[in-house]
Amino acid sequence: MKLKIWRQKNEEDKGRMVDYDISDVSPDMSFLEMLDVLNQDLIDKGEEPVAFDHDCREGICGTCSLYINGRAHGPQRKITACQLHMRSFKDGDTIYIEPWRAKSFPVVKDLIVDRSSFDRIQQAGGFISVNTSGNTQDANAIPIEKENADNAFDAATCIGCGACVAACKNSSAMLFVGAKVSQFSLLPQGRVEATDRVLNMVKQMDEEGFGNCTNTGACEIECPKGISLEYIARMNREYLSASLKG
Amino acid sequence: MSVLDSKIPEGPLAEKWTKHKNEINLVNPANKRLIDVIIVGTGLAGGSAAATLAELGYNVKAFCFQDSPRRAHSIAAQGGINAAKNYQGDGDSTYRLFYDTVKGGDYRSREENVYRLAEVSTNIIDQCVAQGVPFAREYGGLLDNRSFGGVLVSRTFYAKGQTGQQLLLGAYAAMNRQIGRGKIKMFTRHEMLDVVVIDGKARGIIARNLVTGEIERHSAHAVVLGTGGYGNAFYLSTYAMGSNVTAAWKAHKRGAFFANPCYTQIHPTCIPVSGDHQSKLTLMSESLRNDGRIWVPKHKKDVDAIREGSLKPTEIAEEDRDYYLERRYPAFGNLVPRDVASRAAKERCDAGYGVNKTGEAVYLDFAAAIERYGKEQAYVKGLDGEDKALVDKLGKEVIEKKYGNLFQMYEKIVDQNPYETPMMIYPAVHYTMGGLWVDYNLMTTVPGLYAIGEANFSDHGANRLGASALMQGLADGYFVLPYTIGDYLAHDIRTGPIPTDTKEFDAAEANVRDNIDKLINNQGSKSVDYFHKKLGKIMWNKCGMARNEKDLKEAISEIAELREQFYKDVFVPGTENEYNEELAKAGRVADFLELGELFAKDALEREESAGGHFREEYQTEGGEALRRPEYQYVSAWEYKGKPSEAVHHKEELNYENIEVKERSYK
Repeated sequence: MKLKIWRQKNEEDKGRMVDYDISDVSPDMSFLEMLDVLNQDLIDKGEEPVAFDHDCREGICGTCSLYINGRAHGPQRKITACQLHMRSFKDGDTIYIEPWRAKSFPVVKDLIVDRSSFDRIQQAGGFISVNTSGNTQDANAIPIEKENADNAFDAATCIGCGACVAACKNSSAMLFVGAKVSQFSLLPQGRVEATDRVLNMVKQMDEEGFGNCTNTGACEIECPKGISLEYIARMNREYLSASLKG
Repeated sequence: MSVLDSKIPEGPLAEKWTKHKNEINLVNPANKRLIDVIIVGTGLAGGSAAATLAELGYNVKAFCFQDSPRRAHSIAAQGGINAAKNYQGDGDSTYRLFYDTVKGGDYRSREENVYRLAEVSTNIIDQCVAQGVPFAREYGGLLDNRSFGGVLVSRTFYAKGQTGQQLLLGAYAAMNRQIGRGKIKMFTRHEMLDVVVIDGKARGIIARNLVTGEIERHSAHAVVLGTGGYGNAFYLSTYAMGSNVTAAWKAHKRGAFFANPCYTQIHPTCIPVSGDHQSKLTLMSESLRNDGRIWVPKHKKDVDAIREGSLKPTEIAEEDRDYYLERRYPAFGNLVPRDVASRAAKERCDAGYGVNKTGEAVYLDFAAAIERYGKEQAYVKGLDGEDKALVDKLGKEVIEKKYGNLFQMYEKIVDQNPYETPMMIYPAVHYTMGGLWVDYNLMTTVPGLYAIGEANFSDHGANRLGASALMQGLADGYFVLPYTIGDYLAHDIRTGPIPTDTKEFDAAEANVRDNIDKLINNQGSKSVDYFHKKLGKIMWNKCGMARNEKDLKEAISEIAELREQFYKDVFVPGTENEYNEELAKAGRVADFLELGELFAKDALEREESAGGHFREEYQTEGGEALRRPEYQYVSAWEYKGKPSEAVHHKEELNYENIEVKERSYK
């Protein structure tokens, strides 16, 4: 197989695609294990390995962030790069591997980007203001309609990987923000601060330089957790009513 | 008299924690603003502690090696979190959760800590719901529960197979609120490389910025480690790639005793190893054992045919299958605790009944559950319960609702559809019950240095029950440490900021720089992974599911030898002043190479079988773990320059509220 990989020493460096050949790839390997093999080869040759982000390797931590053949997390749907296996590729294929591309995700090194803008959006309002005193009311005091609870859960499964931003031609973070706003807006305990939350999170999102949504839907297609575009609609509705309240 | 003072409060068990909280020192709100606390690790324990201490008014500095606190490996916990709510009215209580946990831990945990854990467990659920954690609910809108291994009640709260994710995002949100207020200063992509001890007290850390390579000094009035377990010493495990023992090990080298390192949990239901390229193992949640039945073929000829590919598991008749857990443990069946289930799988595979090419796999089968649920649904909907295709379809829909994401995960990795053919599973390293020794206040043997969550040893004894790790992490961080740390910090209200330009900080920083220089300048010929894999093989083969004196002695000398080789021949590319993952890994593996030896030494010293520690020499006639009363103690090791010279201390365990008896699940 041939690999074309983005190499960039640091944020200031211009960066370039570099070609590598790789053999000894088994179909049962995950994509990241294939990169491990490449890096082992590079280290054995005394060269610098390719830097890429990864941690849990089971599709839940949201650390891995590879743009593979022009698709966030590669060709398969509803998985992260670490869950992609080499059986999805053919012998002799050329694979292009790039970092997430977005102004708000500057490159740290090679395939690693800085996603702290996501954290800052969450810090602006992605929480319910309740102290951990242990004196909250009993968990079953407020029954929550199962449909709303399930819906809130679906929104809450976002792993914060940034694939939605990378896939979007506008580098919009609306799916990411919409998921958090929706999770809380669907639950009674989250309604209390709903107005401030959506205004503050959207404001921070704009300040971080993310683009707007033009309803292309690439984010939903590329989201490893299949977060629905409906949550963007829900956020827009929340935002509109919050803006009217002032 | 032991040098270990566990500081257990006086009084009856059920009143100890309340009494303790009433008697310890408090810090007034104005004074909390004068006190700094460092928290290393932002998983369930570290994250919840950071949020709570900041809410109380302390100045918190939190550190994680990941790019965001949301990525700590607590996020990967699947099945659920226990709490003695008794919402199901099935006889649960604080005492029963306490009892199950002590028994599940094979009577090797500290009674008082476990009781407190059970006591605060109900608060956790209330707290998380208030934070917006979307737990699974029933149609009536109330919270749903399921059952986990080693217990006879349903006390596990869950959010599909992503409970850890939802709880961690709850703690992360609580942290974000405090980061936004400026009460937590968050340092991401930072790794702690030493603890600074001044006048016998922990007063700061040395950390490396993983992006720039800069070495930084951070001071505080207390340091809290919520840095998780050390299962990656085995190389292959269900831990995240970055999970490591470095913070805990550096603390150990600065005087914190390391307790029961040999207590490791090997989880029975993981996806088997497929080849040498493998970098990690994936867990299939224990919740699957609520509905899945574990079996291997009864006859060797069927095993051979399966391995050759000429026979499918679905073609084996019911009477030719050995549901060995149901056979050996009729009372608990497929829901025996993890250590018991893992050993039983190993026993069958060692006897030659493993069902994949490597002979290290057993089946986890959902066919019976699909049929049962399908028939139930057909009855509820008034449809024909005899229509096999319909029952099958309805049953699969129920299974998908319950375990959909786990089944999808399995299919992506193995390339087989678990709705149609049984899953193949095998045990893998999953959790470490051992860790830094702490007293009732969660303080280590270094004053001002605390260890919480998996990083400490305190609550699970020799084996942890399913869904109890999340419980312990959040209990420590939200509800225990915030009280107990105040007792210590009350003496620091007049201390003022801790300066970082002292000789202790100089020395610690020089030590860190020396270690890094040594690794970078080594110019050896082998990669870090080469050594890590070798260590993993020794650990798995000689300190794994079954241990014996001969293997352990070999492991000790082999690991010491490997460590020597590592320092002679490891090659770390790049420089120290940049993002350099190999350098970070090298430092972590160096620490695993020391811990591994202490691990084997501890396993050798413990001449009994208990929970996850199974010594072949000590088993009952039926092949069960044989505990020995003379080993009813915690082993706490004091660092003396080398693992081989570590000094052994004992904390005797007393059970006043629970009868110590044979741990039977039959």
